[in-house]
Amino acid sequence: MSARSPSEASYDVAIVGAGDVGSAIARELSRFDLRLALIEAGPDVGAGTSKANTAILHTGFDAKPGTLEARLVARGHDLLMTYADEVGIPVERTGALLVAWDEEQLGGFGAIRENAERCGYGRVAEISMDELYRREPHLGPGARGALEIPDEHIVCPFTPPLAYATQAVLAGTDLRRSERATRLERLEAGGWLLETTRGELTAGWIVNAAGLHSDEVHRMAGHDGFKVTPRRGELIVYDKLSRPLIRHIVLPVPTATTKGVLVAPTVFGNVMLGPTAVDIDRKDDTSSTAEGLAYLRSLGGRLMPDLAEHEITAVYVGLRAATEHADYQVGAEAESRYAWAGGIRSTGLTGSLAIAEHVRDELDRAGLALRERRNGLPNVRMPNIGEAAPRPYGRDDLIAADPEYGRIVCFCERVTRGEIRDAAASPIPPTDLDGLRRRTRVLMGRCQGFFCGAHVPALLAEHTGRSPADLLEGR
Amino acid sequence: MSQPVATGRETVDVAVIGGGPAGLTAATHCRRTGAERVVVLDREREPGGIPRHAQHQGFGVRDLHRILSGPDYAARVAERAAASGADLRTQAQVTGWAEDGALQVTAPGGRSVIDARAVVLATGCRERPRSARLVPGSRPQGVMTTGMLQQFVYLGGESPGRRAVIVGAEHVSFSALLTLAHGGARAVALVTDQPTHQTFPAFRAAAAIRYRTPLLTRTAVSAIRGRPRVEAVELTHLDNGTVREVDCDLIVFTADWIPDYELAVLAGVDLDPLTRGPAVDPALRTSRPGVFAAGNLLHGAEAADVAALDGRHVAAAVARYLNGESWPASRVPVKCAPPLGWISPNALSVLSEPGLVPPRGRFLLRATARIATPRVEVTQDGRSLWTGRVRRLGPGQSARVPARWVSAVDPAGGQVTARILARD
Repeated sequence: MSARSPSEASYDVAIVGAGDVGSAIARELSRFDLRLALIEAGPDVGAGTSKANTAILHTGFDAKPGTLEARLVARGHDLLMTYADEVGIPVERTGALLVAWDEEQLGGFGAIRENAERCGYGRVAEISMDELYRREPHLGPGARGALEIPDEHIVCPFTPPLAYATQAVLAGTDLRRSERATRLERLEAGGWLLETTRGELTAGWIVNAAGLHSDEVHRMAGHDGFKVTPRRGELIVYDKLSRPLIRHIVLPVPTATTKGVLVAPTVFGNVMLGPTAVDIDRKDDTSSTAEGLAYLRSLGGRLMPDLAEHEITAVYVGLRAATEHADYQVGAEAESRYAWAGGIRSTGLTGSLAIAEHVRDELDRAGLALRERRNGLPNVRMPNIGEAAPRPYGRDDLIAADPEYGRIVCFCERVTRGEIRDAAASPIPPTDLDGLRRRTRVLMGRCQGFFCGAHVPALLAEHTGRSPADLLEGR
Repeated sequence: MSQPVATGRETVDVAVIGGGPAGLTAATHCRRTGAERVVVLDREREPGGIPRHAQHQGFGVRDLHRILSGPDYAARVAERAAASGADLRTQAQVTGWAEDGALQVTAPGGRSVIDARAVVLATGCRERPRSARLVPGSRPQGVMTTGMLQQFVYLGGESPGRRAVIVGAEHVSFSALLTLAHGGARAVALVTDQPTHQTFPAFRAAAAIRYRTPLLTRTAVSAIRGRPRVEAVELTHLDNGTVREVDCDLIVFTADWIPDYELAVLAGVDLDPLTRGPAVDPALRTSRPGVFAAGNLLHGAEAADVAALDGRHVAAAVARYLNGESWPASRVPVKCAPPLGWISPNALSVLSEPGLVPPRGRFLLRATARIATPRVEVTQDGRSLWTGRVRRLGPGQSARVPARWVSAVDPAGGQVTARILARD
């Protein structure tokens, strides 16, 4: 990244945080004639709490009626389904089955259906046990009842924020990665001075989409009102050979605090089990725990006993940005020219496009001048990294045109050299191995680098100018 | 979107999947025993398999009757296969099986479909990574398997780190120690949950004297710390519960082998639940007609030359099959009881000789814990077929059970079981 002269960095809007929400806001504001900065503390777009979630497109059937979250999740679901199709985000229309395992849970079905109706989702339907086991023959014994939620789907968790940010960058947004906001100061002439770990910039407006750190940025801007308590979620990803075991997302009956532990296929062709939900103190503690993993495995053994025979490919830990409030914290203040979107908890991916619209409207109301650009948003087409559509290694046309798509580098995930090259040449190139992993699936498979763990860093080194040993440092 | 190009389709006598010691040797001997069109499909850039990046000496003793380094051995075995007239293709990954049983291949030259009269699966094995071992903690860079370490150091010429902890104390763990030294890293500890190491005493002595690396037995890695790079491991003693932290910037997870069985599963062949490789009879036939399996795909890691001898052995069975020998319709499973971990081959076909003789005339036996010179009994339906003493039984070392007893197996009987006899 070239060294910039901070004093010259002046924007109409600076968005703090390039996760699902911040990137979606940057994309939305890119429709207008604005100089935008998208500032991310982490090394990449979507590299914070957005990278480890359950990758489910929620309908909002279990949201709290009347909340902003209920409304934005419902709308976000429809927006993202359309957008996914448009830009090539992997989605599989699996539907979900919510299963009750005892009388008490079964007794809650009425309330769940009523809640869904009140949230405007009318397609929850009860199915028989015969039907449940016909659809999910590997489900553990003992289910007492099941509701079908036909519009809950699985989605790629990595591509959406990259797609949003790519559109924003192509429209002229200044994406500044590995740059943490450290201080905000209101300027007399209006607007803000933002100090970061790399210097300072000025912006007419600040938009806080800092996820786990949104409460800190909120305080920097002189506000109080919510505190983020990270809620740890551990997830186990099973070997691809387990994929035939399951067809739908299998949900538990949700409780007041959590949607509970689910088992679901992933768009990469694995099966996922999780998440746990434990409130913790530290916002950087993405460690898995022996207790969490043991709990998931014992639960998994009951939900889907055949899973236990499969190898575990990966363990992920995500932190949800939970607050003391039961709803999103979103708003804008005209006087200080500041907007915020915090406390997005576990529905940020689904809600992202609707949250962005909402923040746009809030900014509009607060007085940000929104003049539409003549050309609208640039078109993008993201590389397909899902299993539902052919990937380059399986496409005769691509390989015939370019043999690099026939050169498989990551054998487990079948990622080709052509895809690694493309990622490195993309508008938002990866700066590290994790970034390359999220863009291509390299190193995500069952061998976790046994076969290609040296080759991939060497290839990325060619493109980034960093040495493989340096890439392995993780910095 | 442009039109897909016509998919290439070809027919061969034998397709060998995997160009390591087992696959290359199988191809060589398939050619020598008369198969006309033999193709080896390997997904790596160079043939040779794991020995390509195992720089130490000691390869080739049993098959080539000389002592070579891994890379020299890999080159030699590949040269022999090429010289035999086998068609060696690299960067050619078999991605699956077509409905009609043909192989689907992706290579830089395009995708193709290969009809093979016989298929030899020789895809080898790999070490379980940290995630599969469910080691909790952070997920930093600097956590790898020996396979990755060797490629990083020997093929890439890179320095992997400075202070390493090696998890495991088998042959490969000590090989990792040499690789670390070559790469400029110091191994600060070898950690095993077993009460002793599982390698040759000379290797252990060399590690202690030359590298002063302590061996921590009955010890588990209970957590990994650090981010973005590993900073420490937390070690827990399994008997007294003592916990301690060791600073390191590299953790090498060694051994804990698992066959690379994806294509076997996709082929629908039966897997042996103990080895997790394809269940094979002594002729190395799987449950699917025309599909054979050889080498470390069968059971996790044996030495490269042992895998190569599997390759030679399977070639004879392939030749008989190509000459019209029928595929066995039913099999008697061969199992073992704890603390034995697995036995291989693990099925006996209901056919007469010569299919009954396993590679090198012996079954391989592993245990989940170290047992000094135990007596082993092989039984069928309560009838003792063989009793004898075996040597060096443990998680990292195989014992050999002579195969003389197979002629006494009742082909209509129940499963054959190997077990440890109580101490006399």
